[in-house]
Amino acid sequence: MSAMVDVTFTLNGHTTSLAVAVHDSALTTLRDRLDHAGAKLACGEGECGACTIIVDDISVNACLMPAPDLDGRIVRTVEGLWEGDGLSKVQDAFVRHGAVQCGFCTPGMVMQATHLLEQQPEMSDAEVRRGLEGNTCRCTGYSKIVAAVMEVSRDAATKTAEAAE
Amino acid sequence: MALPQFQAAPQFEEYVNATDLSAAVAALADGQGTPVAGGTDLWVQKELPGAVAGDRLVNIKNVPELKGIAAADGRIRIGALVTMTEILGDGRLKDAAPILAIAADRFASVQIRNAATIGGNVANASPAADMMPPLLCADAAVELAREEGGAISTREVTLSEFFTGPGRSVRESNELVAAVIVPIQPGRYAGFCKSGPRPALEIARVSMAITGEAAGGKLTNPRIAFGAVAPTPIRCTQTEALIDGKPLDDELIARALETMDGEISPIADHRASEWYRRHLARTYLEQELRHVRDG
Repeated sequence: MSAMVDVTFTLNGHTTSLAVAVHDSALTTLRDRLDHAGAKLACGEGECGACTIIVDDISVNACLMPAPDLDGRIVRTVEGLWEGDGLSKVQDAFVRHGAVQCGFCTPGMVMQATHLLEQQPEMSDAEVRRGLEGNTCRCTGYSKIVAAVMEVSRDAATKTAEAAE
Repeated sequence: MALPQFQAAPQFEEYVNATDLSAAVAALADGQGTPVAGGTDLWVQKELPGAVAGDRLVNIKNVPELKGIAAADGRIRIGALVTMTEILGDGRLKDAAPILAIAADRFASVQIRNAATIGGNVANASPAADMMPPLLCADAAVELAREEGGAISTREVTLSEFFTGPGRSVRESNELVAAVIVPIQPGRYAGFCKSGPRPALEIARVSMAITGEAAGGKLTNPRIAFGAVAPTPIRCTQTEALIDGKPLDDELIARALETMDGEISPIADHRASEWYRRHLARTYLEQELRHVRDG
């Protein structure tokens, strides 16, 4: 039996405490212990990005994050993107562009896009594609996903331009 | 509903969250500790035989002494916890050893670069580790820390003497990679080549880094290092000596390729055949030497 360790962290704004097995990952903790099943387990080795979450403002593969390391961190998952009365800008753009087919990659894709836009609100098409390299989608062919992220990026550019006037 | 376990779980019997270097080396002192930081290697490999050094998991991610990039005595100390993303974003390091940022840009994906640490890439001792050829070209040294007589004791090993085989190094089981140290060498030519089925998230079939003072069609004081063509990341010192400061004409380049071919010993595996690895190594070296020659 693996040792257990107590962790306390902030999950989508809520302080959360529980005991985790040392060998667990942040992903299995979120999914199986905390009913946050947005982040998906697909490859389990950091190749596909379906489990992408944002920890201390940095996107990571939750499947590779040791569960004990959750202690003290600020964790955001797709469940936390809901902004007051609706979807986040990224989620809304994904819906309107039809950037979703089977949906399995979508939460990870949305979280990685959110991270990229937080780091750099205005991006080129090539920068978006590079930034999403760690997220695999087997349905869409990526074009609609990139289009959705680019729309949010263009809105940011328009706002910057308006503010400058 | 309980989901089936994705993989058989390893059994860590103890967990230490080290919050300073003393606590980290103390937790490793009996050789039964397995250090973890980003987890990008260990959490994939932990079920494999031999991947877990000891049954005490030692989280070093909260050790302040292992963080940050600092200049001292003409050298730059890169703390073991520095991530690939941090290497990419550090302007001083970009000047001092440009080869590191060039290679870090080809490292896995954003998510992995955000978590993977330079210390882990060294300590894991993979022959294919992306940052090793660049660090070999940057004349890097590894700072190892351990507990001795209740105090922290450190030693420095040059990276070219660090690796002893696939997954093996001179690091003792009670030692921690505390930092990677590179001399400040601005203005050197820096080239990095890597082969995989796609640009992102690839374990290299072959990777090569090359640095030196490039001028007048010559490369002076060169460094040529390869990943995934030998049991450890290697420098091709005979090839370096052959081309050092000499005009890179077609004949010298041909001799350099032959010399390099004798210095590497690639295996055949599911990623590439031996023939293909040799072909890639020759192609990369030829391309880079021609690039230096033609400016």
